[in-house]
Amino acid sequence: MSRPPTAEVYRVDWVPGTDELHGICHCGAEHDTQDPVLMWQWMLSHPDHQEDDR
Amino acid sequence: MPHTTAFARNQWYVAAYGTEVGRELLARTVLGEPIAFYRTEDTGEVVALADRCVHRRFPLSQSRLDGDKVVCGYHGFTYDTTGTCVYVPGQKRIPRTARVSSYPVAELDSFVWVWIGDPALADRTTIPRAPHLADSGHWTTVGGMEPIDAGYGLLVDNLMDLSHETYLHGGYIGTPEVADTPMTTEVDEGAGVVRVSRHMDDAECPPFYANSTGIKGRITRWQDIEYHAPCLYLLHSRIAPQGVLPNPDGTDPDAFHVEITYAITPSTPDHVYDFWAVSRDFGHGDEEMSTFLRDFNHEVVMQDVNALNLLQKTLESEPAGYQELSINIDTGGLAARRILSRLAAEGDRSASPDNVAR
Ligand code: FES
Ligand SMILES: [Fe+2]
Ligand SMILES: [Zn+2]
Repeated sequence: MSRPPTAEVYRVDWVPGTDELHGICHCGAEHDTQDPVLMWQWMLSHPDHQEDDR
Repeated sequence: MPHTTAFARNQWYVAAYGTEVGRELLARTVLGEPIAFYRTEDTGEVVALADRCVHRRFPLSQSRLDGDKVVCGYHGFTYDTTGTCVYVPGQKRIPRTARVSSYPVAELDSFVWVWIGDPALADRTTIPRAPHLADSGHWTTVGGMEPIDAGYGLLVDNLMDLSHETYLHGGYIGTPEVADTPMTTEVDEGAGVVRVSRHMDDAECPPFYANSTGIKGRITRWQDIEYHAPCLYLLHSRIAPQGVLPNPDGTDPDAFHVEITYAITPSTPDHVYDFWAVSRDFGHGDEEMSTFLRDFNHEVVMQDVNALNLLQKTLESEPAGYQELSINIDTGGLAARRILSRLAAEGDRSASPDNVAR
């Protein structure tokens, strides 16, 4: 199903030259991790973003 | 588990290319629902009826058309385009319950889309678009369809992570830079779209593009994926001589553009239709190039088909609860899985009681 673009956009950049993933939630919260599973867990915890241990 | 990805109902799915549907009945199973497709005589509209006769469940797709009506090949129950039975043999009274479901269909961008779910919720304006497929003025397209003996989740995984090109398709479309280049992933939650972009500034040109574009040296290669879950996958591919970028105004005359389209249509839990198409904005009318791209891409698709057939078999023999290990390249695939499980849950929630009973 296609719906118009919304403002609820999650973004994950793989930082070039590193193994680091940098995530930005649509609320502006940011997060770094090297594990994409943890990254999406963090995203989905919006609006209660917590830092995970690594 | 990926090989048992849940179906997402109340969604549009590609059932066929428009060219596949005509005055012969065509059988396709979409989300486990067997459907018979045909075109009406006068208006050429596509009709989609449940592929099981109400009498003894003979497949209507194995029957014949009488004008716009389907005559069951077993005892002759006859259905109109709405699925209503208009004739039964030997008697005047037609039982009130003598009807088969008809499915909402839409023909768009050379595809026949079918709505699986509550017909009252079908809205044609929500079908994701692939306009290049039907725009022969600007794009030349080759394509095909391969059935795969694997759950559709495995195909989604495969397409969301193109780093596999380097290994599975090395010497075809893969070069070392694909797996080596970091990508960005974006999820538009409300729109149900996952975007994965990988921009390679300085890459080897794989045979697929070297032979079609004629570029001899190294290239700038951009891959921008746009996955409209659950069914439509677009890969915007931009190939240019190394260092050549689009103009500031957005025009891009010195690059070659290829739109790679996939429709991922779940058939049964362990079977998926893989519709694929390659559209290019160069070499129009060049039949030799079309043949090359069709044959070459078919080979690439078969590499995926064989890998996924094997993977499905392997996963089926695994004990339940097996572990996976995800790394950075899986960021897009994980995002797609998450969207799919959300869509599946939404589709189940809005299912009406009689849909659930089926
Ligand atoms: S099964 Fe179709 S008419 Fe008997
Ligand atoms: Fe592939
Ligand atoms: Zn947030």
